[in-house]
Amino acid sequence: MSDQIVIQVLLLVAVSVVAVLLTRGTANARHQAIRRILLVGFVVVAAASVIFPDWLTWLARQVGVGRGADLLLYALVIAFLSYIATSYRRMSDLERRITVLTRELALTRTRLEDVEEPADHAE
Amino acid sequence: MRSTPVPPAGERTVTDTWLVVPLFEEQSVIGDVVRQARQTFPNIVCVDDGSSDESAARAREAGAVVVRHPVNLGQGAALQTGIEWVLTCTDAPYLVTFDADGQHQVSDAVDMVRKAREEDLAVVFGSRFLDDRTRPGLLKRIVLKTAVWVTNRSTGLRLTDAHNGLRVIRRDAAEHVDLRQDRMAHASEIVAQLGRTGLPWAEHPVHLLYTDYSRAKGQSLLNSVNILVDLLFR
Repeated sequence: MSDQIVIQVLLLVAVSVVAVLLTRGTANARHQAIRRILLVGFVVVAAASVIFPDWLTWLARQVGVGRGADLLLYALVIAFLSYIATSYRRMSDLERRITVLTRELALTRTRLEDVEEPADHAE
Repeated sequence: MRSTPVPPAGERTVTDTWLVVPLFEEQSVIGDVVRQARQTFPNIVCVDDGSSDESAARAREAGAVVVRHPVNLGQGAALQTGIEWVLTCTDAPYLVTFDADGQHQVSDAVDMVRKAREEDLAVVFGSRFLDDRTRPGLLKRIVLKTAVWVTNRSTGLRLTDAHNGLRVIRRDAAEHVDLRQDRMAHASEIVAQLGRTGLPWAEHPVHLLYTDYSRAKGQSLLNSVNILVDLLFR
């Protein structure tokens, strides 16, 4: 049972990385490349685990997990968490841009109205 | 650019100050709030945050300048838009942030502007906890006091009230405000940004009117969870 410590450390490290991702920017090209490489790796591992189910079980035992399916589940949880983290970041960036655009639009429109009817509010 | 006349001595109106009012779906009260405030502060800009009701029209009828967000962004975004409007379209030395729902007293705003002028302060924060005129419920008091604690920890200022919308900001301080928190977390952010300027500030006791209307519209306590998350995960 002492083998379990390996998977526990791996999972905790992964969760911490996700937490850091949540608070830090990921918008640059390097991060995007890393995300894509990880995604490809995930696809390869998923396919391999279908073709060679024994291999996954072997890997699971190495890190102290009973079955390959359990290891797959853990990997999925981490993948899902990091998906949440990165989409949260991208959503906030998007909102930021919409805010700047909307503000510029609102201010410009008010200035235009000012030019059109300068007597307004002068009283 | 709207020129802002210097107020004649002894005049009751405050003409060199703009009231910045973030406005979102307050059509039933905004007209009266603006009319009443204009007796003292003739210069009012309402930032309509994409309201679907008649708020913008009511505010305009009552004599306010209205800046309209085409979509709803949140109170923090509206406040920032209002501040930018005052900075770019007027030469007013002071602006006052003021709530649209009628919770704030015009007389408090007048006192705060006078205090800023007389004591040469760049920022005057309103605080409902400096005297006992305002009586929030126990739960609200706990949440507000927690918000004060969090804000003080993160900003280094020692305030007695954190989420109070009534503030006087002098032009030089307003130029340092760049709110990125679109929603309610801006209240802590604005304190942090104003604190970082190192300009002189003070608090002033204000009285908030908890009417049935403001109670119904007011912040749900659950929303403090959202504020915390917004502050932590920027």
